[in-house]
Parts: sequence; C-alpha cells; structure tokens
Amino acid sequence: MIEKKSKLDFYPYFLLAPSLIFILVIVAWPLIETFRLSLTDARLGGESYVGFENYQELLEKKKFHRVITRTFFWMFLSVGLKILLGLAGATLLNAKVPGRALFRVLVMPPWVIPIAIGCIGWLWLYNSHFGLLSGIAQRIGLIDGPFGFLAYKKPAFYSAIVTDVWVGTPMVTIFFLAAMQGVSRDLYEAAWVDGAGRWHRFRRITIPQIMPVIVTMSLLSMIWTFNSFEIIWILTEGGPRGATTTLIVDTYKTAIGNWKFGEGAARAVIIVALLGIFSFFYYSLIKKLNKFEERK
Amino acid sequence: MDKYSKVELVLIYSGIAIFLTFILLPFFEMFMTSLRPLDHLFRAPYQFWSDDFSFEAYHKMWETVPLLGRYIWNSIYISSMVTLLTMILIIPAAYAFARLDFPLKNATLSMFLGVNMFTGAVLLIPLYRVLRTLGLLNTYWAMIIPGVAFLIPTGIWLLKPYFEKIPRELEEAAFVDGAGRLYMLGRIILPLSIPGLIVVGVAVFIGAYAQQFLFAITFNQTREYQPLPAGLYEFIGYQTVTWNEMMAAALVGVLPVMFVFLFLQKYLVAGLTAGAVKD
Repeated sequence: MIEKKSKLDFYPYFLLAPSLIFILVIVAWPLIETFRLSLTDARLGGESYVGFENYQELLEKKKFHRVITRTFFWMFLSVGLKILLGLAGATLLNAKVPGRALFRVLVMPPWVIPIAIGCIGWLWLYNSHFGLLSGIAQRIGLIDGPFGFLAYKKPAFYSAIVTDVWVGTPMVTIFFLAAMQGVSRDLYEAAWVDGAGRWHRFRRITIPQIMPVIVTMSLLSMIWTFNSFEIIWILTEGGPRGATTTLIVDTYKTAIGNWKFGEGAARAVIIVALLGIFSFFYYSLIKKLNKFEERK
Repeated sequence: MDKYSKVELVLIYSGIAIFLTFILLPFFEMFMTSLRPLDHLFRAPYQFWSDDFSFEAYHKMWETVPLLGRYIWNSIYISSMVTLLTMILIIPAAYAFARLDFPLKNATLSMFLGVNMFTGAVLLIPLYRVLRTLGLLNTYWAMIIPGVAFLIPTGIWLLKPYFEKIPRELEEAAFVDGAGRLYMLGRIILPLSIPGLIVVGVAVFIGAYAQQFLFAITFNQTREYQPLPAGLYEFIGYQTVTWNEMMAAALVGVLPVMFVFLFLQKYLVAGLTAGAVKD
C-alpha cells in the first residue's frame, strides 16, 4: 500500500481469512450442499440420488405454479407500496416544519424492533372478535359482525401485505429522506426563481436526483420481500389453504415442516436461481446508472 | 421558497399524521392492550375505552411465563455474542478492503455482498445438518453462528468508509518509524475509528436482536436457551392467550434495543445511509 511490491503479499488475505472462512462454511458450503440435496430424495432416514426428479415434479405441479405467481404478485405489490409510501413519507418528513426531528425518529421503530415482535401486535390487530381493526370496521358500519382478517384467502393475503409494507416502509423512507437532503439547494432555488411550483420541482428535480437511491432500494426491497418469511409464518403459517404460501414459506413447510429435505432443497435452489437473476439485473443497472452519473 | 401557506401546512401535518398513525398503530394498540384486564379484552363488540386500565399485566407476566426474564436475557446474550464475534471478524476484513490493494479485491467484496441476497431460510436444510454434525443444535451457538454469518457482509460494508476516512499520512508516518502492520492496525487505526466501531457495533447488535426468531424456532428446542421473540409464543396457552401479558412482555423485551437505538439514532442513520447517498 505504501511501497509497490512486485511479489504477492499475503497480508490482505490474512486479514480477510477469518470472515471469509466463516462465510464459506456457513453460507457457501450449505449453498452447494443445498444443490446436491436437491438431486436426492433426502429425508430424515437417508437419501439416494434421483437426478432432476424433484425439479421435474415441481414444474409439473399446478400448485407450485400458483406459488410462483403468488410470490411475484406478493413481491411487486408489496415493494410498489413500500416505494410509494416511502416517497410520500420522505417528502413529508423533508418539509421544513416544526417537529420534524421528532417525526423522523417516530418513523423508525418498526425497522428497529424484531419483526417477530411487531407481528404479534399485528396478529392482535387482525383478531376477528376483539381486534381494533375489526372493531373500527364494525363501528363505522363496514361490516356487521366480527371479521377474521386472517381467516379467508384474499383478506389474509392482503393483511400480510399490509404488515410486510409496515415492516419495510421505515427503512425505505429513511433512505429516501437522506437522499432528498443530499440534493443541492441551488437546483431548487433556480427552479423557484423560474417560477416552478412544488409539484413541478418534485417531478423535475427531486425524483431524477434521487433516482439511483430509488433503484437501489427497489431492488434491495425486492430481494428482502421475496425472502420475507417471518411475517407470513407468524400471521398465517402460509394459510388459509395456501393463500399466503410464497416460495420461501413453501420451502420451509416442505423441508422443516415435513422433513422432505430433498424436495425442499429443490425449492431453495429455485429461489437462489431467481434471486441470482435479480442480482444480475441489480448490478448491471447500478453500473449503467454510475456511467450515467459520470457523464453528467 | 421554504415558506408554506396555511393550507400547505395543514396538508403536510395531516399527511404526517396519517403516515405516523400507520407506523405507530400496532405499538399504540400493544400498549393499550397491555393495560387492560384480560376479561376486558374479550368483549364484543370492540370497546375503544376501558375504565380500569392498570399495569397488572406487567407484574403477572413473570408468573405466567416463569422463564420470561431468562428469554430477555437470552436475547441480549445472543445479540452481544453475535456482535462481539462479528466485530472481531469484520475489523480486519473491512480494513483490508478500505486500505489495501490485492488481486481479486472487487470479486471478494462482491462475494461478501452477495450473501445479502439470501436469508437464512434458504439455507436452513444444510445449515441444520452442519450444526447437527458439529453437535451445536439446541445450544446458544446454533443461534449465534448463523447470526454472525448473515451480519458479516453488512458489517464490512458499514465499517469500510470509517477506515477510509482516516488520513493515510498517519500510517505512512508510523511506517517510516518502523511500526509493524498489525501494530499499526491495533494502535493507530482502531483508536481513531472508535466512533465508527460504536455505530457499526450498535447496528450489528440491532440486526442480531431482530433476526433471532427463525434460527431459534428451527435450530433450538431447549426452552432455557430460547430468545424472547420465540419465547413470547408461550403466552399462547392451551386454553386462552393472555394477550395483555404477551403485549406487556413484548414491549418490555424491545426496551433494550429501543434504548440503544434512541441514544445513537442520529449517528446510526447517518452511518447506514452514507453508502447509498453521495454528498
């Protein structure tokens, strides 16, 4: 680093080795092992090689097709809502009004606390007889009796979406807010002098300026939402009748719930493949954006 | 330009009110529920106001779930161990990425960040077998080790900028004086990056506190080692769910992490968003 050396220096690798070995053993090796298991019929008792049978079975299963469609629907709807709410929230919190420092702190609790604990709160809110939401809906006359938000297929799905959005929105909001605060005031002042209104300034300055952060957060959110397990597991365990079973929940139910390691592993490999495609897009988009930035 | 008309002010404040209602509603209802006697909770139609709020649930919860104190302690213990181990692993790695040049540097960094694409849920099956082979199932380690692995990438990413900020001249001066490279890291770099180490440490602690549920329900069946998010489910009994006590326990259980967060939130937010936002 200070003097250029021609021979290979082992010092950097020595510094990296501990965390690298850790990741290799706990993440990389299990990943390879997952792929190997997906080619077997591994159960609690034992395993034997079955080739691509697990995959073939999955591709033929109508039920699995529905799981895939549901997972993408879940991801796009939830991420879309997180981004929209995050933009709205960040814009509001960016307004120079008294109390904004306090409001910014109040947005963060869902991000900080364990997801599992927030979900217990939602579980009670969704309670059919005694929950607040059912109570309000009855009071204002939307429904005449108790309503089980998590008991029917569609309501359960959308209730889980609401909770997922609740968990994910604070982080998106805070990142958008930080990006908005980084936009140069000169741009706004110039536009203001030219007589541009607030909406126009938002459309023409804020959005283009924070676009890289919007792209980054969308893709990160997509990965996390795709993998979102705890929320669904705590609220519905994938039910009722599979209505909230996304790919990750299906994997868990198959592998850990029914001890079908091989079939579960095949599902896990499909998740990894789909996420791999996502991360590929993620990196190439970021690269493009960076080039765009440099040209400016 | 920053002057708002009265109408705009009303719109902004009502927008903020709606937004914060959505965010804080579960906490508000959890708190109100914890104050109500159990038989008031099970009243239909829903009652918005009870006349005898009390803190009784905060006493009784320790009797209903005798191990509750243990669960909270386990959560803190597991998170602290995860934080300690993660910091020991990421300090040298983040330093190497921040200061040294070596072949495959970018590839290695991408590999680390690639771990963020997965969650524990994808790797549970082989991870379960690895932990079983190592004889670590149903111990604290079954929750600590996977926890560390999934926090290493974020930790490196957060810590790297703090090392980059330290002027190179300091190292060069020490180098001229004949200081060894490990000595330099320990005696010059680390003391200068204490604020960064604290921010990253707290971020890792919060992350470790948040991620315990999945590993706990999958890798640990021993009640004595269960962390709070998993232990809370004991309030769901065979006969009734003591919701008021469960909410009280949940709120008490998040106090440690909320406390740490509130003290350092300004630095945490700045540190976390620094990578995404160029100034």
